[in-house]
Amino acid sequence: MNGIGARFKMQLDNFSLDAAFNAPATGVTALFGPSGSGKTTLLRCIAGLEHASGLLQVNGEIWQDNAIFLPVHKRPIGYVFQEASLFTHLSVRANLQYGLKRTPVTERKVPLGQVVEWLSLGPLIERRDPAKLSGGERQRVAIARALLTSPRILLMDEPLSALDNNSRQEILPYLERLHRELKIPVFYVTHAMDEVARLADHLLLLEKGRVIASGKPGELLARLDLPTVHFDDAGAVIEAAVAQHDEAYHLTRLNFNGGSLWVSKLAQSFGAQIRVRVLARDVSIATQQPQGSSISNILAARILEICDEGSDKVNVKMSIGDAQMLLSRITRRSRDLLGLKVGMDVFAQLKSVALMT
Amino acid sequence: MHTFAPDDLQALWLTLKLAATTTCLLLLIATPLAWWLAYSNKWYKGLLAAVVALPLVIPPTVLGFYLLLLMGPHGLIGEMTARLALGRLPFTFAGLVVGSVLFSMPFAVQPIQNAFESIGCRPLEVAATLRAGAWDRFFSVALPLARPGFLTAIILAFAHTVGEFGVVLMLGGNIPGETRVLSVAIYNHVEAMEYDAAQWLAGGMVLFSFLVLLSLYLAGGKLWKGAR
Repeated sequence: MNGIGARFKMQLDNFSLDAAFNAPATGVTALFGPSGSGKTTLLRCIAGLEHASGLLQVNGEIWQDNAIFLPVHKRPIGYVFQEASLFTHLSVRANLQYGLKRTPVTERKVPLGQVVEWLSLGPLIERRDPAKLSGGERQRVAIARALLTSPRILLMDEPLSALDNNSRQEILPYLERLHRELKIPVFYVTHAMDEVARLADHLLLLEKGRVIASGKPGELLARLDLPTVHFDDAGAVIEAAVAQHDEAYHLTRLNFNGGSLWVSKLAQSFGAQIRVRVLARDVSIATQQPQGSSISNILAARILEICDEGSDKVNVKMSIGDAQMLLSRITRRSRDLLGLKVGMDVFAQLKSVALMT
Repeated sequence: MHTFAPDDLQALWLTLKLAATTTCLLLLIATPLAWWLAYSNKWYKGLLAAVVALPLVIPPTVLGFYLLLLMGPHGLIGEMTARLALGRLPFTFAGLVVGSVLFSMPFAVQPIQNAFESIGCRPLEVAATLRAGAWDRFFSVALPLARPGFLTAIILAFAHTVGEFGVVLMLGGNIPGETRVLSVAIYNHVEAMEYDAAQWLAGGMVLFSFLVLLSLYLAGGKLWKGAR
């Protein structure tokens, strides 16, 4: 059986974990939820760092059941902790080699040079004291160190949360690159919506130690019955492809299943996959095709669902074409003035589109 | 130039032998004990920690007295050693070693325990995710990171054993070449009003202790920089 299937139960002093999920064998699975929802505990259970009762199978291999509990060092995982946790008594190179040396030669798939290149560690590898590296550099070394064990599954526990914004921006492109280059499943714990939108192929939503939803981020983030819709930066994710470059106006047209979007000109070539995020608060609704509007992205949409948001606003879920979902957050007053109802055909005006590359 | 009497040189040699033996044994015993105290969360952890720390507060003569009883012909340990054909421990070098190990136990356990505690669980967890088994984690991560704790433990255990008097007197008496260590030799000289000989031994002990500490601290400082 392909993929990762798990069921964990654990009782701690003021917290109980009772989580079950299935996740695909490729791509990034984000574990998303508020702090205290059990994301990290769940990740530690997968690693074997917590001894919960339950089941865990990875691509048909049993790592844990009633009789078996594979100890941490016998699991082919790579684990990146929130703080880089480099060994301070070892040089950068020795840190990188720590796991490599302990991986049987026949199981080594990624050579040191390859990982050093992926994470641009060339200038750092001869440094003696890892404590003198910057936060972002340390985390890159930690990621490389984990990758060098040739893991069959990579577990990342909020690898960016201990970093300042500059370091975050420094690391994100590397994560996206790994996302493309690595053929192994990644479990990524985060409480930042933008990281989910940017990196996740699959999403597990956690609340109070339970998995409350599991699926594609594009679908889950557009659902009005999940807590994610109440986030200030709630919004839909659109997978699009570069369709046309307009040199004169310096714009690029992106096509997706159901329509197209104009964005500032991108460097990517024709056909490149681009993930964009449209925040609900940046989408307004018109009942007729707007005339004389400066907004260039106006999409025909159908209202699927409307739910209250606080005392003065509503969230509106719309479909564009057959498959693409869009969220809009408007005032309750606007809903009533426009007489918006489920099933109505409307026009969604996108005030801004965030590119996730 | 003062020359030491052969008896005094013998006492000096015995003292060094006792301190070195004790320190080595203590490292073997205190390391797993400190490890357990640092990482266990069993309810009886406090109990064991208190027992280990006991020699800090009870007078050495009291400790020596109870050991004498235990190791004597009617004591639990005494019967055991007799049955194992090891003879009796009191008034032997081996008896002194047992007493010294117990007496200096907290001085070895506590620095190592503190070092393990300050490392915390994280580096060990990291090592485990990097394929290191339990023993591997201990030798490749915990031990090097806890080096300053071990250094302190060695200095304290050694120095404390060199300076021990009460336990020795109760347990080992005053047998030349067997149990007469420096502190007892000094006591003998003072008893016999040989203040000059006592002076040389005592002064020598002060100087020796100082030099040992100094060299260890200096070496320690270098080791530190080397490790970084």
